[in-house]
Amino acid sequence: MSELSEAPPSLRSATVRPAPGIPPALLWALGAVALLLPLFMAESFTLFQLTTAAIYAIAILGLNIITGYNGQISLGHGAFYAVGAYVGAIMLDKLNLPYWSTLPAAAVICGILGWGIGRPALRLGGLYLALTTFSLAVAVPQILKYRGIEEWTGGVQGVLVTKPDAPFGLPLNPDQYLYVLTVLLALGVFILARNLMASRLGRAIVAIRDHALAAEAMGMNIANIKTATFAISAAITGLAGALSALAVEFVSPDSFQASLSITLFVGMVVGGVASIFGAVFGGLFVVFMPNIAEGLSKSAPGVIYGIILIAFLFLLPGGVAGLLRRLGARLRR
Amino acid sequence: MSGNAAALLEVRDIVIRFGGVTAVGGVSFDVGRHQICGLIGPNGAGKTSLFNCISGFYRPSEGQISLEGQKISDLPRHRMMGLGIGRTFQNLALFRSMTVRQNVLAGAHCQGRAGFLAAALRLASSTREAREAEERARALLALLDLEQFAEIPVAGLPFGWQKRVELARALISRPKLLLLDEPAGGLNHGEVDALAELFHDIRRNFELSILLVEHHMNLVMRVSDKVVALNFGKKIADGTPAEVRATPEVISAYLGEQAHAA
Ligand SMILES: Nc1ncnc2c1ncn2[C@@H]1O[C@H](COP(=O)(O)OP(=O)(O)OP(=O)(O)O)[C@@H](O)[C@H]1O
Ligand SMILES: [Mg+2]
Repeated sequence: MSELSEAPPSLRSATVRPAPGIPPALLWALGAVALLLPLFMAESFTLFQLTTAAIYAIAILGLNIITGYNGQISLGHGAFYAVGAYVGAIMLDKLNLPYWSTLPAAAVICGILGWGIGRPALRLGGLYLALTTFSLAVAVPQILKYRGIEEWTGGVQGVLVTKPDAPFGLPLNPDQYLYVLTVLLALGVFILARNLMASRLGRAIVAIRDHALAAEAMGMNIANIKTATFAISAAITGLAGALSALAVEFVSPDSFQASLSITLFVGMVVGGVASIFGAVFGGLFVVFMPNIAEGLSKSAPGVIYGIILIAFLFLLPGGVAGLLRRLGARLRR
Repeated sequence: MSGNAAALLEVRDIVIRFGGVTAVGGVSFDVGRHQICGLIGPNGAGKTSLFNCISGFYRPSEGQISLEGQKISDLPRHRMMGLGIGRTFQNLALFRSMTVRQNVLAGAHCQGRAGFLAAALRLASSTREAREAEERARALLALLDLEQFAEIPVAGLPFGWQKRVELARALISRPKLLLLDEPAGGLNHGEVDALAELFHDIRRNFELSILLVEHHMNLVMRVSDKVVALNFGKKIADGTPAEVRATPEVISAYLGEQAHAA
């Protein structure tokens, strides 16, 4: 035992990773400039698109945690995005609560909802889980139109919301402020997710995907960990939904069709399955690629989008994140 | 040995049926503390079935199994590691997307308490646990000569080395009882010799008992303190390696197998 409690000193140096070519401080500075640049350069519609891309990046990260890392296919995360958006809109418009309180509230409510749905649904697994979650995505827009809750949801009309003003007299217009808020929140969520995935529980999440039987032999309680992962995933996507209500200033059942869940799924695959940073590229793709497709062909943008998507999947099997990983490995060699 | 009050593992009258097939028909034996117990028998004797029962993966149809006097044969699988039962698999069961080091760390799951929030916020409780696990993983990788592979994806290792990773993964939680199903399966002569060495190293470094299911007679007889032999789901011998080797039922069971194979 005593031999095992301390490692020989020669081992310490052996585990130091090779230093990457670019100093991290420079990377941080470059990143900060890239994130702030749109405030001065972009016109308001482009700024809105970038805000939306950041919101989608958060939602896609949420999906990636359950589907990419834990291997539980969800085709229904649009439902959590919708619930998050409605929680935000109702709190603002009907309850007159401050905008910042809608964000944690949406996350918590979607987390609880994810827990409740996940517990029974995750027992199905595989394709059955995919279909169950997809039926959730199909049902939610119709539930939102339901007469009995019209007083809260506004029925088919939806709910109107206004963007918050910048606090502390910051010299930013509401569009700019929301961009900054979204980017900061996204950064926070990404860092938390990275910490989680690097931890003991993050390893358990991946272990269950890789080999469930071995994971159980390691003492991992599969049902509990899967359910908690689903709840966390739903909470993150719900937070993105609440941000989207602020950005779009409007929620209605038609904004959250079942296709939204597929859009998030596409973003996850294009960005990189089981990659934290990949979600950023996923968000950018699902916001900008439809516009690019429309620019290429007014009459059949769907076809162009499909072709671009297929090309992406063929050329980048590990998504954008996989490509960057390969490039990074080549640079280090 | 049987009836020993200090026994770590007690297997009592275990019957395992699969539909109409009785794979194990009433087997009892003990594994003492710090003992290496070999479990042998010809193909289809019921070794793996019994092994899976002890590791919590099957429920016995009859009988019971206890560890340190606590009945374990009705507990869910994921409780076994926490109670001190580690295992490897007859066919590899590693986490293929992870590196060697991450696989070993995954074995330390039960030692952690910090929850999701603590992990996401990197609270002190979570980072302290992580450091301790890293430290133990490092020591184990050294003990099993795996350091040079630590950062390699586990799927890229040769078969024999992957088996070592499984061993490290089972050992990091410091089990009281280590269950090994055919650890020498698929290894060449040199590797089997290295494995025998390794068992002695493990015994020196850890205070544990090992239940070793193995076809490789030579290895079992070399490393075991005691051997239990099964045939057709029944115990036919239980004693020191020399005693078991001299038991007429064992000789005829293995001769029968050889005649069958010829
Ligand atoms: N899951 C199962 N379903 C039905 N029958 C089974 C199952 N597992 C084992 N058996 C049967 O039980 C008997 C014992 O099998 P077991 O795998 O325990 O033997 P073993 O001693 O491990 O053999 P080997 O040396 O070939 O690994 C065999 O007749 C086998 O066919
Ligand atoms: Mg077997």
